[in-house]
Amino acid sequence: MHIVVCIKQVPDSTQIRVHPVTNTIMRQGVPTIINPYDLFALEEALRLRDLFALEEARWLRDPSRGKVTVVTMGPPMAAQALRKALTYGADRAVLVTDRRFAGSDTLATSFALSCAIAKIGERFGPPDIIFTGKQTIDGDTAQVGPGIAKCLNIQQLTYIKRVTRIDHLRRSIDVERCLEGGTQFIESKMPCLITMLDGLNTIRRGSIDESLRAARSSILTWGVADLGVRDVDKFGLKGSPTVVKRVFAPAPRAQKSVQLGTANKTVRHVADELVAWISSHQPKLADGPLSKPGA
Amino acid sequence: MMMKLPTQFQDHRHVWVYIELEESQVNPVSIELLGEGRKLADKLGAQLAGVVMGPPKGGGGGPALEEAFAYGADLVYLVESQLLTNYRNEPYTKALTDLVTIHKPEILLLGATTLGRDLAGSVATSLKTGLTADCTELNIDSDGSLAATRPTFGGSLLCTIYTLSSRPQMATVRPRVMSMPERQTKPVGRIIRHELTMVEEEIATKVIGFLADNRSDRPDLAKADVVVGCGLGIGAAINLKHVGALARTIGGEMGCTRPLVQKGWASSFRQIGQTGVTIRPKLYIAAGISGAVQHRVGAEGADLIIAINNDPHAPIFDFAHVGVVADAHRLLPALTKAFSRLMPLRERQLCELRVKAYE
Repeated sequence: MHIVVCIKQVPDSTQIRVHPVTNTIMRQGVPTIINPYDLFALEEALRLRDLFALEEARWLRDPSRGKVTVVTMGPPMAAQALRKALTYGADRAVLVTDRRFAGSDTLATSFALSCAIAKIGERFGPPDIIFTGKQTIDGDTAQVGPGIAKCLNIQQLTYIKRVTRIDHLRRSIDVERCLEGGTQFIESKMPCLITMLDGLNTIRRGSIDESLRAARSSILTWGVADLGVRDVDKFGLKGSPTVVKRVFAPAPRAQKSVQLGTANKTVRHVADELVAWISSHQPKLADGPLSKPGA
Repeated sequence: MMMKLPTQFQDHRHVWVYIELEESQVNPVSIELLGEGRKLADKLGAQLAGVVMGPPKGGGGGPALEEAFAYGADLVYLVESQLLTNYRNEPYTKALTDLVTIHKPEILLLGATTLGRDLAGSVATSLKTGLTADCTELNIDSDGSLAATRPTFGGSLLCTIYTLSSRPQMATVRPRVMSMPERQTKPVGRIIRHELTMVEEEIATKVIGFLADNRSDRPDLAKADVVVGCGLGIGAAINLKHVGALARTIGGEMGCTRPLVQKGWASSFRQIGQTGVTIRPKLYIAAGISGAVQHRVGAEGADLIIAINNDPHAPIFDFAHVGVVADAHRLLPALTKAFSRLMPLRERQLCELRVKAYE
């Protein structure tokens, strides 16, 4: 079993601040992390590898199988994220980096990553499963996973919470997919791309051995020229159909909010005032949901 | 905005809305999108079309067609096939991609549901066109291109995105972000049928089963009339009990911001905002929430927003109706008490009403 996991290094969005005057992002001092959703994908990949490596070695008489390759596209510093993934237990890491990838939207990113995955397949054997997180916390689009699947022309399985069964002989995989109203049970052929939902597993703590190995292992670095695509206009800004034209802070409401509560009023006083305000300004509201019996 | 549209896209016209079906019922987000699509179509002087896909029912699409016309569609593209019984990516992507290739819409809108996002991502990649996810505002620019606005950078700013060099211009919108249009009684209009050219053997997935959630233990934030939300300003996980107590007292649901979910203080079902649930309650009490854009877009549809925050410069005061500069974890218990002083009276009144009704 060969599993590829796509990860992304993202700024820790909970710590991003906007400059109050210029409306620009203040990135200084904001730590970067592996996109949290990608860690669920990585853990699921490691779990499946561990689960099936033994079985495969026994049945296929091929101890070389059972590898997890992590891949990321980004600036050279994204290598840190890959290094971290290696310490968690990934076997190989590939960094896709080139100035010509800059400005990629989700379509161009999907294309570049799918080229990298195709090359990983040529080099290390075709992947059975490709994992991504359900979305990134900086872009939040959830589009790159489906994009990669389409570019590679393989099945996409989005919002998966668990892989329940893998049948190597029939090359099929069973997954649980989370929908708005419940859980869908799906059987799919492999290879496939899975976008992992959050919450059902926790990334392992890598062992000291893994950390030492991670520190020693080299990270493969590929640029545009390595991906074997003649039409370089498919990458970066030129390969991106969408264009961001304007970035702005949302305007405040025309009417500034009524301010209640000052330092010299007691909490109880403020609370009473607030409740009175709500009751007087929203008579419908006070007669409606607020008076639900059993509340 | 200058148009550099290649010639092969120049005959793309009209606005399409993908009508999502949930057990043959129209998902409300599709109706919200029909309302929004109608406005865009009118600005472009174009027609609004709905796209309905599903299993054959004899009679043609059933209530979905009626709904599409009642909420403003001029025509409906209909694809019926046994292969479309359950949502599966391949047949749905094939059907929608083929429809777009043949009938050439200028704009294609989908709901940002799990189904909509799954479908939109692969359709946009197949068509090599732009897709803007989770838009909060859609507009037509002076030159006729779609200006799609969405939060960016983890929710600190908004950005407006254009698709200049390809068609259709695609966007998804989350449920309850756009308001519900009014229903009109209109007869079913023009229907254009399309045959799905695919066989079961070409599809790699099978749906083996479905287990509906036990909804009783899950909050339904999206439909709640009253929501009490809290953010990191609440201080500690233990203070969440004050939020829960207030929510219970006023018959509402408890919500929270993403950092709380990431810290493991609350379940992700309770997350309000761009990546969580969009709420449209009558009353929203936001306690200890600074008000990042991502939270704002999920909550600003509330009729009345009360913000409690000890930072007088918190962005939430820019969109709240009433602001209280105070520590949320101190004010919340006081509010609970103040409301419960009010409650017994109301309940007494209710009882009297019931007694009168029986007399």
